[in-house]
Amino acid sequence: MSLVCVDDLSVSYGAKTALSHVSLTVEPGEIVTIVGPNGSGKTSLLRAIIGAIKPARGRVSRGPDVRLGYVPQRLHIDPTLPMTVSRFLRLPGGIAPASIAGALAQAGVPDLSGAQMSRLSGGQFQRVLLARALIGKPHLLLLDEATQGLDQPGSAAFYRQIETVRRDTGCAVLMISHELHVVMSASDRVICLNGHVCCEGTPEVVASAPEYRALFGSGTMGALALYRHDHDRAHDHDHHHDHTEVAE
Amino acid sequence: MLDDFMMRATLAGVGVALAAAPLGCFVVWRRMAYFGDATAHAAILGVALSLALSISVFAGAMVIALLMALTVNLLTGRGYAMDTLLGVLAHSALAFGLVAVSFLSGIRIDLMAYLFGDILAVSRMDLAVIWGGAALVVALIGWRWSALLTATLNEDLAYASGIDPKREQLVLTLALAITVAVAIKVVGVLLIAAMLIIPAAAARPLSRTPESMALVAAGIGSLSALVGLRAAYIFDTPAGPSIVCVAAVIFAALSILGSIRSSS
Repeated sequence: MSLVCVDDLSVSYGAKTALSHVSLTVEPGEIVTIVGPNGSGKTSLLRAIIGAIKPARGRVSRGPDVRLGYVPQRLHIDPTLPMTVSRFLRLPGGIAPASIAGALAQAGVPDLSGAQMSRLSGGQFQRVLLARALIGKPHLLLLDEATQGLDQPGSAAFYRQIETVRRDTGCAVLMISHELHVVMSASDRVICLNGHVCCEGTPEVVASAPEYRALFGSGTMGALALYRHDHDRAHDHDHHHDHTEVAE
Repeated sequence: MLDDFMMRATLAGVGVALAAAPLGCFVVWRRMAYFGDATAHAAILGVALSLALSISVFAGAMVIALLMALTVNLLTGRGYAMDTLLGVLAHSALAFGLVAVSFLSGIRIDLMAYLFGDILAVSRMDLAVIWGGAALVVALIGWRWSALLTATLNEDLAYASGIDPKREQLVLTLALAITVAVAIKVVGVLLIAAMLIIPAAAARPLSRTPESMALVAAGIGSLSALVGLRAAYIFDTPAGPSIVCVAAVIFAALSILGSIRSSS
């Protein structure tokens, strides 16, 4: 049973079409990454899945009782709004204190519950957003460029946290990212979007697809290979090593 | 005890302050200050219409305030910047209201009473309406509190939690219209926005959570009503503006204290 099923989805803003005929499903426990150039409809797709925009045609359906956890692209908290981390995590209400500590630990920031949201660093803030998404014990975690504003080690650490969360909780992850080299290797499946689904499949398949290369060039293959290398050494994966050598 | 006009005035002022505090926090957080002003200004048109039609001023003001707020909601994002739109609507509504009042022959109404309030003339009936309206506003905001907060933080976060931010916006709009209607008698249409914004803004440096900010704002608003009325009585100054003056002084004092504390 798929967690989310997007069927022939089209989204338009006035006369402008953001997405046309997009279909995809997310299965339990998998990490799916959406890549695509600016304005390719990545955020629109995610917003349609959480119900924030109405499709012009097609439909988005969720499995029965599927809980979503959502990490928005950017969250601005007005400085006039006082908000501690623990209060933020209790929105929209009814969460036991124990699960607050648990979610913060899961997101890698166990000691922040008393801090003011406005005092957090960029990395801490993103992890608190992640904790809030995790607190409802979601079946599917949706991340919209969750590492925006983080430096490269910061975002690499963030994505490792996502993998840990997936391993520990078994939740599926659907995320948007610009950081191809990091994301490609951390995903089970990659969907390349440009108003429509250009190509999809395992990272290796997508990275060598002509549609993908037309959008991103072949340079990213090198970065992917570079990352794979480190990654494999650290985790001792058993998949085959057919990557090209670093081109740049 | 309700026979004393000062007692009735005090109760009316505190009632308005209690309703205005939690709503005012949202007005501040969502940057709706001018929106509150526009809604309040429109109420003068409601006053004129209800006098012409001989219906309750509360009802007339509330209906027009609600229509105004809904119109603003409807027109936002259609080409004009929000502040331009509000500027047009707020001042037109005020102007049309003032013109409409001048058409009311026969009844000589005291326009000043509606522009700046007439808290010392609050009747028992008015008091019942003010407290009824205030209770309704507090209940409405209390009921939707978590959803309102989530929608205020981020609309997509709200959608993902199964909350419709547009519905929450309507809740605030309704609460605003009720507050405007009950506050006309107390501070008048020109100063209603002050009762919404000043106590909430003053409460900010003292608060760590949204809830504490709403409670502190209620305290500051009530204190302003008590002290302002007493001052108006002693110095023979207009009551509504005196209440707002006290709130403004508290705001200034707390802001200075807050900046001293955060810099030390």
